[in-house]
Amino acid sequence: MYTQSFTVQDAPGQGGAKPASTQPVALENAEAQKRFDATIDADGRIEPQDWMPEAYRKTLIRQISQHAHSETVGMLPEGNWISRAPSLKRKAILIAKVQDEGGHGLYLYSAAETLGQGRDQMLDDLHTGRAKYSSIFNYPALTWADVGVIGWLVDGAAIMNQIPLCRCSYGPYARAMIRVCKEESFHQRQGYECLLVMMQGTAEQKAMVQDAVNRFWWKCLAMFGPPDTDSPHSAQAMRWGIKRISNDDLRQKFIDATVPQANVLGVTLPDPDLKWNAERQHYDYGQIDWDEFWNTVNGHGPCNKERLATRVKAHEDGQWVRDAALAYARKHQPAQQKEAA
Amino acid sequence: MSTATNTTELKDWPLWEIFVRSKQGLEHKHCGSLHASDAQHALQMARDVYTRRQEGVSIWVVPSRAITASAPEDKEALFEPAADKIYRHPTFYDIPEEVGHM
Repeated sequence: MYTQSFTVQDAPGQGGAKPASTQPVALENAEAQKRFDATIDADGRIEPQDWMPEAYRKTLIRQISQHAHSETVGMLPEGNWISRAPSLKRKAILIAKVQDEGGHGLYLYSAAETLGQGRDQMLDDLHTGRAKYSSIFNYPALTWADVGVIGWLVDGAAIMNQIPLCRCSYGPYARAMIRVCKEESFHQRQGYECLLVMMQGTAEQKAMVQDAVNRFWWKCLAMFGPPDTDSPHSAQAMRWGIKRISNDDLRQKFIDATVPQANVLGVTLPDPDLKWNAERQHYDYGQIDWDEFWNTVNGHGPCNKERLATRVKAHEDGQWVRDAALAYARKHQPAQQKEAA
Repeated sequence: MSTATNTTELKDWPLWEIFVRSKQGLEHKHCGSLHASDAQHALQMARDVYTRRQEGVSIWVVPSRAITASAPEDKEALFEPAADKIYRHPTFYDIPEEVGHM
């Protein structure tokens, strides 16, 4: 789902990929680099066993694992609402959505593992706070309308970000994203439809939707990452075919697509500068508060501590299950081998 | 997908490659990997991770370390020699038009 922090560096000390066991001599390296560049130039795909520059591998590990962490942590704000969903239908939908987010995390962790990064290492990086995840989850989901707005706007922004990733130069990542994007459409539509229903309700319910939109709109715009002028890694990621469309272009696309949806819904997007520019054929919009964004990325958002603590507790509380499954497998392994013999 | 041997396998759930048959009559197709304690467990996990929307009617799970893959540097030796054997393709042969479809 949520891809904002990809141009954000993790804290130092994150375990890198396993070093290559043999150091190829410089000449072979230059040849391999040439073949790699030719593949990228021809818009080809790189697969796990292919030679790739170390920086390409590291960038992908950081991006894919951050993406996986975001999916995993993304279960938390909505998961809080499962027990309080207003009807059995909404509860079933929300459970399915949260399960999808967990699934997306698993697709992505397995894609990152093809680059030589162990699952344990990635989880450890998340749980110790070294790795980043999308900042949008460091804000609380205060009302039921937030659940709808998360689907409509947060997942909507994520879809904008993720569709170009289906053409990423790294094969396993691109394939995982195709799977994710198919499911993401359900997430956005269920959120929007939930809000449509609320907007046909009481004045109080309508106000609840507007309030949720007010709180999430600017955070969603920040999800696309810093402006192009302030995004030092973007050029290299573009060169490598990891990134296809710039942060600002994606943000603009999202705004242009969302304004008509807001009109149909009957809510106001909280930006007095938001207006159609006939010359540009795009909507103009106001200033994003980047200080607030970086403050949250750097750990000082309203829910950073709570989210991480919940995640760590879930992992630790699940330890006995992992141990029991392994003990069971060990106990039954000899029998299986005997059967096979 | 990974061909690296999982050295921490005794501590952790090993890695499995998952293949799903989307419908009867089609082949199983690789769709990703996951960690599980044993084969039965891997099947159960694969069902939850890869077939939440009726994507399949059958699942294969294979320990990742059981897969032997050809090396990218062997690509030419393995596959290039076929490039100049165009006589292996039906379009290599000119057949008179009156023969019709053959």
